[in-house]
Amino acid sequence: MKKFSKKTLVIIVSILIAISYILHKTIAYHPVTITIMLVSTIIAGGPILRRAISALRYKIVGIDALVSIAVIGALIIGEYWEAAAVTFLFMIGDYLESRTLEKTRSSIKSLMDLAPDTARVRIDGVEQILSPQELKQGMILVIKPGERIAADGIVLEGSAYVDQASITGEPVPVFKEKDAHIFSGTIITSGYLIVEATQVGESTTFAKILHLVEEAQDAKAPTQKFIERFSRYYTPAIIALSIITYLITRDIKMALTFLVIACPGALVISVPVSIVAAIGSSAKNGILVKGGEAIEKLSRVQAVAFDKTGTLTEGKPSVVSLHAYGMGQEDVLKIAVIGETYSEHPLATAILKEAANRGVTTTKVPENPEYIQGKGVSFSFEGTSYFIGNRTLFEENGIDLTAALQDIHKEEHEKRTVVIIGTTERVIGLIAIADKLREEAFAVIKELKKLRIKKSVMFTGDSKGTAETVAHDLQLDEFLYELLPEHKVEAVKGLQKKHGSVAFVGDGINDAPSLATANVGIAIGAAGNDVAMETADVVLLGQKLGGLIDAIRISHMAVRNMKQNIFFAIGVAVILLIGVLLGGVTLSIGMLVHEISVLLVIINATRILRFAKRKKYTSL
Amino acid sequence: MKNITIQLETLSCPTCVAKIESALKKTNGVKDPSVLFNTSRVKLAYDEQLTSEESIKKIILKLGYASLSVTENAK
Repeated sequence: MKKFSKKTLVIIVSILIAISYILHKTIAYHPVTITIMLVSTIIAGGPILRRAISALRYKIVGIDALVSIAVIGALIIGEYWEAAAVTFLFMIGDYLESRTLEKTRSSIKSLMDLAPDTARVRIDGVEQILSPQELKQGMILVIKPGERIAADGIVLEGSAYVDQASITGEPVPVFKEKDAHIFSGTIITSGYLIVEATQVGESTTFAKILHLVEEAQDAKAPTQKFIERFSRYYTPAIIALSIITYLITRDIKMALTFLVIACPGALVISVPVSIVAAIGSSAKNGILVKGGEAIEKLSRVQAVAFDKTGTLTEGKPSVVSLHAYGMGQEDVLKIAVIGETYSEHPLATAILKEAANRGVTTTKVPENPEYIQGKGVSFSFEGTSYFIGNRTLFEENGIDLTAALQDIHKEEHEKRTVVIIGTTERVIGLIAIADKLREEAFAVIKELKKLRIKKSVMFTGDSKGTAETVAHDLQLDEFLYELLPEHKVEAVKGLQKKHGSVAFVGDGINDAPSLATANVGIAIGAAGNDVAMETADVVLLGQKLGGLIDAIRISHMAVRNMKQNIFFAIGVAVILLIGVLLGGVTLSIGMLVHEISVLLVIINATRILRFAKRKKYTSL
Repeated sequence: MKNITIQLETLSCPTCVAKIESALKKTNGVKDPSVLFNTSRVKLAYDEQLTSEESIKKIILKLGYASLSVTENAK
């Protein structure tokens, strides 16, 4: 018995069944026909009976028991063909179901396959290959193009484009150079990196994500718990009903058929298959959904509250506008870049980044740079002296700001930080810097409305004026301003009272209590932020807010899918039941329809995988 | 007490979950067994004086499911 694989057994029984069917139709019940049918029944039905008996020893009556009673009953009343057909269908059904089930779990499997299997480390100047388990914190990793990074770490040397899709779901490779953080499980597409490992093995972000996804699959949805309770009483109830049917009708065939069609197979599988497909396809898009309950809750969200800084905005300063007086914008930017070359101030970083984005590059360096604390910098370049800094710097040096005054007022009114650039005589340009709204924020809010989310609300510590501008720009329904971090939890509770189910979206920094209070806590850009990953119900691992739309859409699809499956499963059972009572549905037809319904339920769930692939908002 | 996770071959029907779970619950020395359908795993704690990994695997096998691997859980 153990010598044959499941597949071989399925093939053997299939052949036997085919022969029996032909003999049955030609020479009818002849001793040869009966023998072949019996052999087939024993091969296919033996394991079922064995499982049924061992389960009975623990006082559990399951599907195996129902089928076993039906088959033995059929044999006793001389329905050999029915017995053979039922066992065959049950066996092949089980085989096909586990094959298709693997498909619904395939996204998660493919995620696990992304785990690194080797690591190249440099020890005392010699490169050697270790397994990821042998890595220790502080080891120096050398990673070449096409290789998978085996630990979380910080780049010491080199630069490379890194494909982080396995963590964030973002398809475009990200540029990494010295001091950048890299994640285990991501791949270098070009370039090379020397990296110091900061987290290895089970403490890497990748390992934690895998762990959470695994846990999530079996975190049961309320619907699933209900169905499991239901099926626990259902099977014994069916046996009782079957006996009653026999007592009333005295029709043993009908009573036996009743046992088979009443198997709750399709119903009990309806919820878990949809859940696992939804979690798997979310994970592929860089979205971690913590189980069936989170999916069901997310699908019922009425209002979404956004934290402003780091969620609706990028959370770091960047250049929002550039004005030039008497020269080209690029020329102003170039001078600013030269002046800020050595500065590590966040505003300088924003200017350098803007220059890089616009393709303004220079290798020139400032002469005699002098940094004036809290004000700016003065330097010379090609014989001219320049100042870069705030208004005070220019006023103290008596430089005329008239040309720029109107723009300065306008930018300051918008709550932007103004960096002025000028010579010793006059102002030549100004750069306005602010924490910019995410480019996708407007589209995301708009998309939320299409998803029947009633209210989009913003939480911010800003003053009313600033908050109003942002709320207007993004067309938010409500905004709460001048909120201190400790007030956010209260604000979430207030929204719950007003709108019902509330999702809170935050970056996981200082807002863990709000994430926990909301019906659904959603953390954005949380790869590497353990607290956010633990607290949130839904984790957007990437830096894109579009993942929120993907997550909600997948949850809607999954819940719809579950409902379809449940209605279908119950519908099929009812139709079969009527069929049995009216006559016409035999044991084998009952089994056939039952197995097909289970397969259809699983196939329906795989549609979620395709749905998630078809439309993506992650890169919105 | 030892905490382990047993990886089973693909579980194809959720009712087998109930079956394995209640069988293990009735096994002397086994504590808090939970069968995870989607990952096809069994998590449990057991008393090494009363039962063993082998006999737990045997019980599950008798119910129709082969164990592929066993890992000890970190606390």
